[in-house]
Amino acid sequence: MEGHQILTTALFLGVVALTVGITIWASRNSSGAADHYAGGRNFSGLQNGLAIGGDYMSAASFLGISGAIALSGYDGFLYSIGFLVAWLVALLLVAEVLRNSGRYTMADQLAYRMKQKPVRMAAATSTVVVSIFYLLAQMVGAGALVALLLGVESEALKNLTIFFVGALMIFYVTVGGMKGTTWVQIVKAVLLMAGSALIVVIVLAKFGFNLSELLGTAASNSGKGGAFLEPGLKYGPELHKKIDFISLAIALVLGTAGLPHILIRFYTTPTSRDARKSVLWAIGLIGAFYLFTLVLGFGAAALLDKDAYAEVAASGGNLASPLLAEAAGGGPGSTGGAVLLALIAAVAFATILAVVAGLTLTSSVSVAHDIYNSVLKDGKASETEEIRVSRIAAGVIGLIAIVLAIPAQKLNIAFLVALAFAVAASANLPAIIYNMFWRRFNTRGALWSIYGGLVSSVGLVIFSPVVSGKGLDPVSGKNLSLLPADIDISWFPLENPGIVSIPLGFLLGYLGTISSREPAAEERYTELEVRALTGAGAEQAVQH
Amino acid sequence: MTQDAHDQAARHDPVYDELSARPEFAELRSRYRRFVIPATAAFLAWYALYVLMSMFAHDFMSTKVVGNINVALVFGLLQFVTTFALAWLYSRYSNANLDPLARQLTDDYHRTLDGRADNGGR
Repeated sequence: MEGHQILTTALFLGVVALTVGITIWASRNSSGAADHYAGGRNFSGLQNGLAIGGDYMSAASFLGISGAIALSGYDGFLYSIGFLVAWLVALLLVAEVLRNSGRYTMADQLAYRMKQKPVRMAAATSTVVVSIFYLLAQMVGAGALVALLLGVESEALKNLTIFFVGALMIFYVTVGGMKGTTWVQIVKAVLLMAGSALIVVIVLAKFGFNLSELLGTAASNSGKGGAFLEPGLKYGPELHKKIDFISLAIALVLGTAGLPHILIRFYTTPTSRDARKSVLWAIGLIGAFYLFTLVLGFGAAALLDKDAYAEVAASGGNLASPLLAEAAGGGPGSTGGAVLLALIAAVAFATILAVVAGLTLTSSVSVAHDIYNSVLKDGKASETEEIRVSRIAAGVIGLIAIVLAIPAQKLNIAFLVALAFAVAASANLPAIIYNMFWRRFNTRGALWSIYGGLVSSVGLVIFSPVVSGKGLDPVSGKNLSLLPADIDISWFPLENPGIVSIPLGFLLGYLGTISSREPAAEERYTELEVRALTGAGAEQAVQH
Repeated sequence: MTQDAHDQAARHDPVYDELSARPEFAELRSRYRRFVIPATAAFLAWYALYVLMSMFAHDFMSTKVVGNINVALVFGLLQFVTTFALAWLYSRYSNANLDPLARQLTDDYHRTLDGRADNGGR
């Protein structure tokens, strides 16, 4: 091993030791379902805001967006804005009402006034599907990241990393529950913000804190000139590419507030007012982070030499931030470069660990609380039993994710994340919004919108160019679609299904509702609305 | 069967109907909706305008403002500014206009439940 590899490995192990230590510490005063599922509802607005940031700013954002900016310039930035604006949907329409009306899962708020079993089954299915897509993206990213950073291109190492990350996330969730997971996310958010702020300051200082100069250098070094700073390099000039981006933009802006692992974070605060404060902190944090990625991306284009920039391109952009850190510290071979590279690599690794823990927790809680207890046991399972099942579920989901992630390494990470957002926006958001704002909404409407949104978003992707029909790359001869190049089942022209599946989710919710009447659901809307808006009767924080 | 169809029914409490009938609750709901519905429509429209301009108004977006900073970048950064500003406005609005009413109604809720407990009810 070379010096920088030893340093990187040491810092990786440091991150692992730190998070494992936190998890064990957090597990010592965790008992009961409210602790295991909702962290005792005792996290302050700032703490939960950091944890939301830690849960949301995934490796796809950190490595992917800075990489997209480094390679496609302005269009990479365009992508990040949807991720931020989306938080207004969560702030205005979802966070507080969900905190007031639910207990542990997304399904709670629907089950409040609808037929328990079918609605919980639907919500849990969509929770698990969204979380698995997102999990795969993170685990595939972890495998690729470790291999790239250690400079070892070996399938065995990637598989080993995926297995190791999977084992760690099962550990965080089964041992630490929501408390442990939340603290892992808080620590990760602090590390990520501090690490990227450091690189941002070094990069800006090299240009005398003159943004225009940084942009100018980036444009000329990228070899694309002025076009690098303008929209259109990635999403254009053909019309179908533009419509594809619009479809993606809709999914990004509406998907965030339907992501199950984000929704359950709102339950960890004592009151809905703290939930609101936590979203405000999260918006500040996430906004600052995307401004950092702007500097990191253009910084990588401006400061990396030809070889390093080619390496970034070969990695699909994922290496932009790590290599920029190396350059900012003095370049390859220098001590400063090795230290900063190792630091950013460790931060990226911590990022992945925190996000996978959040996803595994969310799906295991939904399996235990919604499917096991409510559907299979008629709500009669004891708390201890339910928690035991959630631990088993975390193990099983972790194993499924490991088994799926190994063949999924061929998939594009950004695509998997975009798909998770599209499913969340099509299947979850319509039900959540209708449930809160429409008295007439009922079980059939909820089922149609959840299953309809889920099936249409996943189904359209199966028949899209992502899965088949793109053929071979004319330059490299690489197969561009998932299926073998001679199979073509594609008929849907876009890679992002949102522009069709999201309106469809809303439409099906509407049609399902008006085609049946459910007086009980309408009656209980009064209770739901009072509770959601005032907080009367909302779940209380655990007193220790 | 009826039980499993709607087992939340056990939780139903008339106190919610009483609270829902209060003028304060009607006021709270209308203040909440009066803010969030127009605000949501506005930021979604503003974001849609940005996305559509980025896709279809290339020349305008590429106009230089200062140095290498063009309209596209300024427009993008404005999305950050409006997001921060709207979040801040909502927080101020709810502190001043929503929280006091919500608190009043929650107090009434607790008073009703306490009253029942004192009378040996429940």
